[in-house]
Amino acid sequence: MKKFFTYVVLGCVGLFMLFPFLWMFSTSVKPAGDVFKSVDSPLKALVPGEVQWGNYGKVYDATQGMGGGFARWYLNSVLVAVVVTLGQVTTSACAAYAFSRLQFPGRDKLFLGYLGTMMIPGAVTMIPNFILMRKITGWLTVAAPFVNWDAPRVIYLFGRTYDVGRLVGLDSYFALIVPVMFSAYGTFMLRQFFMSIPRDLEEAATIDGCGLFRIFTNIILPLSKPALATLGIFTFLGNWQSFYWPLVMLTQDSMKTLPLGLLSFMGLYSTQWTLLMAGSMMMILPMIVVFVIGQKWFISGIQMGALKG
Amino acid sequence: MARTKRARVALAGYLFLLPNLLGFLAFTLIPVAVSLGLSFFEWDLFSGPKFVGFHNFSALAHDHDFWRYAFNTVFLMLMIPVNILGSLFLAMVMNQKLRGIVVFRTIYFLPTIVMGVGTYLLWRWIYNPDYGPINAILAHWLPRWLNDGIGRLGVEWPPQWLASVTWAKPALMFMTFWTVVGGYNMILFLAALQGVSPELYEAADIDGANEWQKFRAITWPLVSPTTFFVFTMSLIGGLQGGFDQAYVMTRGGPAGATTTISYDIYNHAFAWNHMGYAAAMAWVLFTAVFAVTMVNWRFGGRIVHY
Repeated sequence: MKKFFTYVVLGCVGLFMLFPFLWMFSTSVKPAGDVFKSVDSPLKALVPGEVQWGNYGKVYDATQGMGGGFARWYLNSVLVAVVVTLGQVTTSACAAYAFSRLQFPGRDKLFLGYLGTMMIPGAVTMIPNFILMRKITGWLTVAAPFVNWDAPRVIYLFGRTYDVGRLVGLDSYFALIVPVMFSAYGTFMLRQFFMSIPRDLEEAATIDGCGLFRIFTNIILPLSKPALATLGIFTFLGNWQSFYWPLVMLTQDSMKTLPLGLLSFMGLYSTQWTLLMAGSMMMILPMIVVFVIGQKWFISGIQMGALKG
Repeated sequence: MARTKRARVALAGYLFLLPNLLGFLAFTLIPVAVSLGLSFFEWDLFSGPKFVGFHNFSALAHDHDFWRYAFNTVFLMLMIPVNILGSLFLAMVMNQKLRGIVVFRTIYFLPTIVMGVGTYLLWRWIYNPDYGPINAILAHWLPRWLNDGIGRLGVEWPPQWLASVTWAKPALMFMTFWTVVGGYNMILFLAALQGVSPELYEAADIDGANEWQKFRAITWPLVSPTTFFVFTMSLIGGLQGGFDQAYVMTRGGPAGATTTISYDIYNHAFAWNHMGYAAAMAWVLFTAVFAVTMVNWRFGGRIVHY
């Protein structure tokens, strides 16, 4: 009897969690006029009278003029998130290996420095980073005037020109990717994990004549797959929906990532809720997919991070 | 022989560390130092920086808007205990041998996972006073005498949510509740609960304890390390937060009702180019975060039972 009651509670909470998503999906397939009727019954309003899948396509068309539109924003988001994730996992793993297994002067003090900065709000470092990106083209133009640092680059693909922003500075892929790629959290988490790996395997490998690099790639990394996967998923999801950083770094429509693009879309089409919800769904779906696939690691990663931290 | 080996290991250490270290120096450590220095200057990025000493900080102390936004920030954080208790409750319900628990866990975690511009737009739509489901539910599922009575008490009804000075913050707080209650904190509580030995509960049952007594004497003290950790993390996050929601949903309005410290820093730095003032504000924020961390470190041992 108690079990039945528990299921009822769990089910109600589940509905509470899911209702907004259902509302979003339902709005995204309704014809435009249908959403502007006074809602008599919220449950009935959930069911669309007429299902218009075309809304999803309309999102792409409606944003065509905005520097390549939704398709381009999607591409930017994928590109940036994937590169940042790969970069962060790689550099954090290397650094964590150094901090956990290798002895060098200043190691522990440096690690303490890393730890210290984890406490600092993002707002503190955001301002100087912005100033750096803003000024760097000016500095580089003085240092290396043979390259035009300010002009946006274009590439030619399949007969069309695509604007790919500057090499460095504001409105560049560099600004979206590189500063974000280095995180003390990743290094910290992986270092804690590496320290829990027993040393016998490495000692055996050393006796066999294995170099430090081979130990890293053939022993430590394979054993750390859960931790690496967790970090990868956290990083990807965090970057996919990252808003503040691109907001500060970008002004050009063609360089925008999905969060910013959606916001621009809303600025122009503020009453087209059906299209806005369709766009939101398209932004959210990859996140759900990534989470569902990796949730085993994700959940264990949270617990691991809290217990060992 | 040993010396060269140590040197080789040290060199390897630096090489492994190098990429990460360069990035850390360039984009974290040096910016922190620059930001601190910047807070003693006035700079709008067009003319040169002007040294003003502690002027930014004293101006901050007298800045009525800043203190109003600090109030907003703290107000929005009032939801934290509710969120935490909600997560604990959910974790307790989930901590039973039930089939399909993973399905529920996934569903409960979804809001946290997809939090971002997508969900903020969604909730903006949900909070629409005329066409959104919330006001529809309030209008049709609450009895008429309640609907009329609240209006007569002088409270704004039906609430205009994000367009209302009174209701904007509660709207954001409820959205935050939906987002986080089934998320990280619940997972942590679940892990903590699974560490509680069932024999304790059995012993309590033998003594004839009821559910509330069992919770108070066994569950609550034994999960207190997690509760404390989660509470501290929430405080730290809450102090720095509120920007994304405010920018997407209300632009800090109406009339500054949803502007938090973080949003104010953004405005000063990137909308009005008061670089020095914004840096000073950011450092004041850091001081608050630091204070919370110190309190956690000091008093954590006393409040937590083992």
